[in-house]
Amino acid sequence: MAKYSMHLLVCGGTGCRSAHSAKITENFKNELDASNLSETIQVIETGCFGFCEKGPIVKIMPDNTFYTQVKPEDIKEIVAEHLIKGRKVTRLLYIDPEKKEKIEDSKHMGFYRKQLRIALRNCGFIDPENIDEYIAREGYEALGRCLAEMTPQDVINIVKESGLRGRGGGGFPTGLKWEFASKYQADQKYVVCNADEGDPGAFMDRSILEGDPHSVIEAMAICGYAIGATKGLVYIRAEYPLAIKRLQIAIKQAREYGLLGKNILGSNFEFDIELRYGAGAFVCGEETALIHSMEGLRGEPTVKPPFPAESGYWGKPTNVNNVETFANIPVIILKGGKWFRSIGTEKSPGTKVFALAGKINNVGLIEVPMGITLREVIFEIGGGIKDGKKFKAVQTGGPSGGCLTEKHLDTPIEFDTLIAAGSMMGSGGMIVMDEDDCMVAVAKFYLEFTVEESCGKCAPCRIGNKRLHETLEKICKGNGTREDIELLQNMSRVIKDTALCGLGQTSPNPVLSTIDNFWDEYIEHVDQKKCRAGVCKDLMQYVIRAENCVGCTACARVCPVGAISGERKSVHKIDPAICIKCGACIEKCKFDAIFIQ
Amino acid sequence: MQFVKLTIDNKPVEVPVGTTIYKAAKKLGIDIPVLCYMNLEHMGIENKPAGCRICVVEVEGRKNLAPSCSTNVTEGMVVRTNTMRVLNARRTVLEFLLSDHPKDCLICPKSGRCELQDLAIKLGVRKIHNEEIAEMSTYKKDFSPSIIRDLDKCVMCRRCETMCNDVQTVGTLSAINRGFMSAVAPAFEMDLIKSTCTYCGQCVAVCPTGALTEVDHTPELVRALADPKKVVVVQTAPAVRAALGEEFGMPAGTLVTGKMVAALRRLGFDYVFDTDFAADLTILEEGTELLDRLTKHLNGQPTKLPILTSCCPGWVNFFEQQFPDLLDIPSTARSPQQMFGAIAKTYFADKIGVKREDMVVVSIMPCLAKKYECQRDEFKTDGNPDVDFSISTRELAHLIKEANMDLNNMPDEDFDNPLGESTGAGVIFGATGGVIEAACRTAYEVYTGKKLDKVDFEQLRGLEGIRAAEVDFNGFKVKIGIAHGLGNARKLLEDIRKGKSEFHAIEIMACPGGCVGGGGQPLHHGNSEILAKRAAALYREDANKPIRKSHENPMIIELYEKFLGKPMSHKAHELLHTHYHDRSPKIKIKD
Repeated sequence: MAKYSMHLLVCGGTGCRSAHSAKITENFKNELDASNLSETIQVIETGCFGFCEKGPIVKIMPDNTFYTQVKPEDIKEIVAEHLIKGRKVTRLLYIDPEKKEKIEDSKHMGFYRKQLRIALRNCGFIDPENIDEYIAREGYEALGRCLAEMTPQDVINIVKESGLRGRGGGGFPTGLKWEFASKYQADQKYVVCNADEGDPGAFMDRSILEGDPHSVIEAMAICGYAIGATKGLVYIRAEYPLAIKRLQIAIKQAREYGLLGKNILGSNFEFDIELRYGAGAFVCGEETALIHSMEGLRGEPTVKPPFPAESGYWGKPTNVNNVETFANIPVIILKGGKWFRSIGTEKSPGTKVFALAGKINNVGLIEVPMGITLREVIFEIGGGIKDGKKFKAVQTGGPSGGCLTEKHLDTPIEFDTLIAAGSMMGSGGMIVMDEDDCMVAVAKFYLEFTVEESCGKCAPCRIGNKRLHETLEKICKGNGTREDIELLQNMSRVIKDTALCGLGQTSPNPVLSTIDNFWDEYIEHVDQKKCRAGVCKDLMQYVIRAENCVGCTACARVCPVGAISGERKSVHKIDPAICIKCGACIEKCKFDAIFIQ
Repeated sequence: MQFVKLTIDNKPVEVPVGTTIYKAAKKLGIDIPVLCYMNLEHMGIENKPAGCRICVVEVEGRKNLAPSCSTNVTEGMVVRTNTMRVLNARRTVLEFLLSDHPKDCLICPKSGRCELQDLAIKLGVRKIHNEEIAEMSTYKKDFSPSIIRDLDKCVMCRRCETMCNDVQTVGTLSAINRGFMSAVAPAFEMDLIKSTCTYCGQCVAVCPTGALTEVDHTPELVRALADPKKVVVVQTAPAVRAALGEEFGMPAGTLVTGKMVAALRRLGFDYVFDTDFAADLTILEEGTELLDRLTKHLNGQPTKLPILTSCCPGWVNFFEQQFPDLLDIPSTARSPQQMFGAIAKTYFADKIGVKREDMVVVSIMPCLAKKYECQRDEFKTDGNPDVDFSISTRELAHLIKEANMDLNNMPDEDFDNPLGESTGAGVIFGATGGVIEAACRTAYEVYTGKKLDKVDFEQLRGLEGIRAAEVDFNGFKVKIGIAHGLGNARKLLEDIRKGKSEFHAIEIMACPGGCVGGGGQPLHHGNSEILAKRAAALYREDANKPIRKSHENPMIIELYEKFLGKPMSHKAHELLHTHYHDRSPKIKIKD
């Protein structure tokens, strides 16, 4: 094996790849060849570093230099300056937004300082397409230990002791789930990995599968051993081609190494994994719908019980866990349940990966210990609100989570506190909103998503969500009344109370939480027909400022619908009933006499 | 059996483990409203997708409301079915359903028999909020020869899907689209006529709303009756007389043969005849074919066994589409409806001196597939169909009511002659097992040359989905299979395909229960007791008939003597037999 003095880690996640990181890798290889350095310096395409806002990322080891927003044409300079002459290319370093200083090492960056990476431990460190790199970082050691030293019940006990809760959204204790599945006897059991990540803006699972597929494979095998299953299935959406490719490579390598298949590591344990592709329906993240989809049926949920642990894939006991949940397992086995419990909070041990998005400076993927506050995540890791605007709300838990406000900023993030605050953990989406966001329009946006994604099986979700959306639209158009707000509340409560699956039971959350937390904005919309954020077009009015208007008639002449009247050299007037808010008059006015109210 | 104790609305109740809240409440006399739920107890099939959410109840300790149709009871459970929370939820969900449902109830074919309408009455929804902005999910209407699909009225109860897939294994209907636009339809939203639909009508029979209804032929019928140039002849299928009374408030199993004849006569039909006559004729043709094949089989000559009955048009559609490799096995005998039409428009028309085109033959059928059958090209002469149109039991009831008549007040009258004369063997065609029993009565006597001691073959009766029996033909044991419901038929056909079938003859009826449970009958909501009572009524009529064997029907004897010659004669073949086509779906997938 060649010994390298330096490693160049180039981010190969989907985000950086779409910004030509593959070309960066290629250029590095060519430049190193040209400089006769390819024997001593290795280029590794890794998984996601998380700091997608500043991608593509290149990290140089061992000096930990962290280059951001690297372009393929920068490579020549990095090789010539940094690698050959030892001089860092300072223009590619990250600049601390507050201190305006250049930071060389990611450890000192606000984005990384408060992070703790367990599920993402290998993302951005190893080549996900090389099993040896995973093994070098204690990979498959946990599986080996389970098979050699532990009974299935021992494995379940460690997971139970760790207090790990399902990271897909439900937060159900993983160890307990495994125990249920282990109790049911059957000729065949299944381990299913739910990689049907569907929340808009969320890419936690994708990044893990792209950056560290072996951690999931190893965990599935461990789960198979614990519950007595020999078959594993990964249900992954077909829109994740890179994750699929890397999983396929990883499964093939694991088979070649005898880590999947018969007699794994010389034991009697047999386990293998197949992929099942989803067509991208959000509801297929619900485990019963997911199982039906894998069976070739319509992706629709069914009533639980029976739970999949009793009757799942083809009616056999099936344990379904999410990607991130699995990614935690090998570390828990190696370091013990107590260690995991020491991280995070009592009721929500461990860490959680979040996808930070919206009006925040540092968009990206982060992993933080549970119990961290929203304030720390948004202002320290996230670097605060974009363009110095004012924070308004943060939506957690994906499209069916709630919108939390200023008053929730110091709430510690854990499963139960988020629910108590009217939102939820969900799979870890976190979308930040500022003063330019209208909360009624935000609720409407999320409802649009759930209306689109409802499977249509149960009436409250199929029709009720549509009615919620229509009522919100009515309010945004300025036709709403106070009765409509009450109506929204009643419909929302009934939908939550009666819908068949998690999708419908949570879809009204954005409505209820925005009504609760932004009551004033709703009232403004219905009483004063005003949208303070200026988002709801129908509530805007074009008005002529009398003191500025000189009566030049330019606006009246350009108005396509004849909404502006006025004598020459006297103040003009816009008839709001005719105005179509096209903005032509504002553009034409040289006297700053027209404004939007 | 283990039992569970719980309380529902403060009343204690004890039920077996595995009972649902809905059923436990029923035991206490608490009738929780349902919409999508349907229990086909005799088939062991329940439709409970838990989709309508109307039957929700409050369960202490549970965070959301529970669908009572699909939530099993647990020990110590405390259930409340009528709290403020439950009532509000139920009414709100119903309002959702109504907000996406056309309000043309006054002119809807299901009006008065619509379960959604019943719910709206029961829960007293008086207003649909924001109705003016509520979008409706709309689809194109689908008119097939038998069934109309108006999916605007679909409430996604999925009952039709259960009938089509689980009971009939036809697989035409399933959920399509998603969310607000989801509905139940053939794949790719194709029209029924292009699909594998057999027109058995079991979907129509269970649809709670007007989404699935039969094609209504009564306006054409009224026009024909009013036309003085037309001689209108009607035939009534056996199962109709055992169910029509239910539409007039009579208990299930009431026989209304005489009253029905009287009503038809008063409606203006020129001749009121009986399909039972044609059923007797079927026995002579099919029975002869059976004996012919059996004799060949016994003589070691090449032949095809088992022979399958062919009187059920839904079943004919099924094997033409799904078992095209077995087309040479069913009897070639036409169904009684078509035999009747062929004889009426030849033998009888000649007899009374009426031209074919001036005669209108109408059939009253418990069936929707008959509407399709009478339009098949095989059953037309120069474009003129042997049977002009077929109306269902439900349509007839409508027509009688529309004509200001009440079946209860009708006298008992007899069918006209000659095509109204029938035997007990013809009557039992309407119940599962009846055709093969009728065939046995004749085949036995023809084969053995002996008189039957006992006409009743009780081993062939019953409601089991698949039945097997042996009938002793003087030492030769004829092995008989019976299936009703296409799902059961499929099992027997798969055996034939694999060469595993040991039967000599098999009777198949597409609808569960046979014609008494047909898709055109008064709605029985899956209640098998009603089916059993209707069947019992037919066996009662059989028992009371002076002649109970088809070959002894004097009018049939006369028909052969004067017109047909003998069974399976050239003329009989021309008028009374048919041929089948491979109609399996030919789907081409582009390379």
